[in-house]
Amino acid sequence: MTESYVVAIDQGTTSTRCIVFDRRGQLVSVQQREHHQHFPRPGWVEHDAVEIWRAVQQLGPRTLRQAGIGPEQVAAVGITNQRETTVLWDRHTGIPVSRAIVWQDTRTDELVSALAAQPFAPEVAVRSGLPLATYFSAPKVRWLLDHTPGLRERCARGDVLFGTMETWLIWNLTGGPSGGLHVTDVTNASRTMLMDLRTLSWDDDLLAFFDIPRAMLPSIRSSSEVYGRAVEAFPGVRIGAALGDQQAALFGQTCFAPGDAKCTYGTGSFLLLNTGSAPVRSTHGLLSTVAYQIAGADPVYALEGSIAITGSLVQWFRDQLGLIGTAPEIETLARTVEDNGGCYIVPAFSGLFAPHWRSEARGVIVGLTSYITKGHLARAVLEATGWQTREVVDAMNADSGLALRSLRVDGGMTADNLLMQFVADVLDVPVVRPMVAETVSLGAAYAAGLAVGYWPDLADLRRNWHRAAQWLPSMDPELRADEYDNWQRAVERTFDWLRPKAS
Amino acid sequence: MGVPGAIQSIERAAAILRLLASSSGKLGMGEISRSLELAKGTTHGILRTLQQVGFVEQDTASGRYQLGAALLHLGSSYLDVNELRSRSINWADPLASRSGEAVRIGTVLDGKVLVVHHVFRPDDTFQTLDVGSLLPLHATALGKVLLAWDAAAAIVAVRGELTAFTRKTVTKSGLGRALATVRESGWAAEAGEYHPEEAGIAAPIRGHGGLVVGAIGISGPTERVCDARGRPDPTLIGYVRDAARAISRDLGGLRT
Ligand SMILES: Nc1ncnc2c1ncn2[C@@H]1O[C@H](COP(=O)(O)OP(=O)(O)OP(=O)(O)O)[C@@H](O)[C@H]1O
Ligand SMILES: [Mg+2]
Repeated sequence: MTESYVVAIDQGTTSTRCIVFDRRGQLVSVQQREHHQHFPRPGWVEHDAVEIWRAVQQLGPRTLRQAGIGPEQVAAVGITNQRETTVLWDRHTGIPVSRAIVWQDTRTDELVSALAAQPFAPEVAVRSGLPLATYFSAPKVRWLLDHTPGLRERCARGDVLFGTMETWLIWNLTGGPSGGLHVTDVTNASRTMLMDLRTLSWDDDLLAFFDIPRAMLPSIRSSSEVYGRAVEAFPGVRIGAALGDQQAALFGQTCFAPGDAKCTYGTGSFLLLNTGSAPVRSTHGLLSTVAYQIAGADPVYALEGSIAITGSLVQWFRDQLGLIGTAPEIETLARTVEDNGGCYIVPAFSGLFAPHWRSEARGVIVGLTSYITKGHLARAVLEATGWQTREVVDAMNADSGLALRSLRVDGGMTADNLLMQFVADVLDVPVVRPMVAETVSLGAAYAAGLAVGYWPDLADLRRNWHRAAQWLPSMDPELRADEYDNWQRAVERTFDWLRPKAS
Repeated sequence: MGVPGAIQSIERAAAILRLLASSSGKLGMGEISRSLELAKGTTHGILRTLQQVGFVEQDTASGRYQLGAALLHLGSSYLDVNELRSRSINWADPLASRSGEAVRIGTVLDGKVLVVHHVFRPDDTFQTLDVGSLLPLHATALGKVLLAWDAAAAIVAVRGELTAFTRKTVTKSGLGRALATVRESGWAAEAGEYHPEEAGIAAPIRGHGGLVVGAIGISGPTERVCDARGRPDPTLIGYVRDAARAISRDLGGLRT
């Protein structure tokens, strides 16, 4: 019998990856392609959905070729994606109405303030689990409806469809204009702000509040079931899973029990805690979200601490300041000095997400003296990721009434030993990286493999998890407390920077 | 006319670099080909190659050329060790998983092997990260790989003392032959040469142009890594070499 495999497509914010995994959950081949980031105005961030679909068409066959296998050896493909990013397209032609509006985009801040003033506004968080913010899909859809002549009518007739990236890709993979499936999964739907977190269906009151026609919405399915077969990219292969990237990472880390948590360090960083079969309402600035749902089973929920800017601060240091040539060189530069020299960088580039949710905040560098070198700045860049993690862990502990005992980590930044040691130091708990750093993809592969019986059950997946590295805390408690205090004072200095426009 | 035996395209590349170094601003393709009286196609080809290796950079807005950052750092290490770790991480994990042993990646630092990446043995027992620690070049598989393809380091090693960690540690007189064998087979082994009960297998990681930029290897108890006669397990050798090739391919060090 020839060996079979599972494939994951990870459609991220900066790049799209396609990865082949074997039965032990080990990476066999990987292909990756970046796509363009469009910044047409300050605060606006857009992607070309067609460019992304073309990337998937190209990466799929290449990844199989690199692994030396054909589509007939692929048991299933799972899809994971940047969440919230919004695409509208014409169902007859497959052409997007405009470029996709990315989750980081803040063009809707005035719209969101106006919506927040309406009487129904407090109910939005109760139903959707999310604070009213520019981050989520609903305001982005509404903005497009308001700013594109004739669009609302086309949407109401069902001629124009809405989707986040997994929906767009599944529609295209399954035939596009000729029979493409218009579906999303519960995890992605839970980020739109249009789904009732308890019933897992579109909520009429939320649709009315955002004034979004139901006809344009995909149908909501579980995260692990066979939606259909691909006709493009992987002809004949079953599509067995869809999950938002952070939920996929939670799944890939096999955080299947309440109390299990992980943090994924990529463009932004996202700490998710499995809270079991009921959503937990946060009183400390965290989101309630769906962690996953396996077909036929109850949904599992999570608390999430979303940090907008972590790896992207390193990229800013590389691309906008030009102080390093590649992202990993940040560690080399940071190691040229002993400490941060009194300098702190708070990267509130698009406001601050969890636990603050301050959209008017903007970034600061504080503690500058003539003593500060680029080495100190590099340290401050890495430490910003550590302290932001600390803030969401504190919120998580307060909400759950439990103290986190160790943190499972994954993502590109976990290759940075200085950073991982710092995270362990400021959290005062061990930090553990599993054997597969590409945990987002692994989670999508796991969910797809489960759907087709490639893996029998969750216990089997859990046996694949092994520790690849561990960092133990070793910071002097007094220093930790002092530095945290400095960080918090630096954060306060970002608040209220943008002033409301005089009306 | 070139010197007899000289390679014309290298001479031309050198001329382009000198031209870029001596000009105050950036130069366009046309200017470069005119000043050196080279066909545009030839100039373009050379510039593209120089750009690939980082010796020239092209301004995205104007399309003009200047000397690249890699040229300015030619004296220091060619591949940042933290970058080497980032680029290897996806392939080091599966190696640990398949072999069941701990994985390390090393580069040469001051006559020692510097451990730049370490993946635990996948048995979830307590282990400590030893990134940043130093190992002897002559007594480890990683070190022998690095010496085999780094003539300068090998000369320095032979001049110094070769500590005999065990009875099996390679001696000064045996080192040259041992390294020749490594070059021939494409991998190196150690069996009880550093720690009496431990063995290891390593293979070279190659960057642009085939330059060896590091070594990746596994290590564990001799009875697991070697057969009864002390020969390294061929399956494990295959895993190590596959991982080394996968990383090299990603670094542009293999022609495929
Ligand atoms: N050694 C390093 N030290 C610090 N930061 C790093 C290092 N290596 C990569 N990064 C950062 O990590 C990020 C890449 O991580 P990763 O590949 O997990 O993100 P991503 O999945 O591409 O993000 P997205 O899914 O949003 O596209 C980049 O922002 C980069 O700046
Ligand atoms: Mg990602």
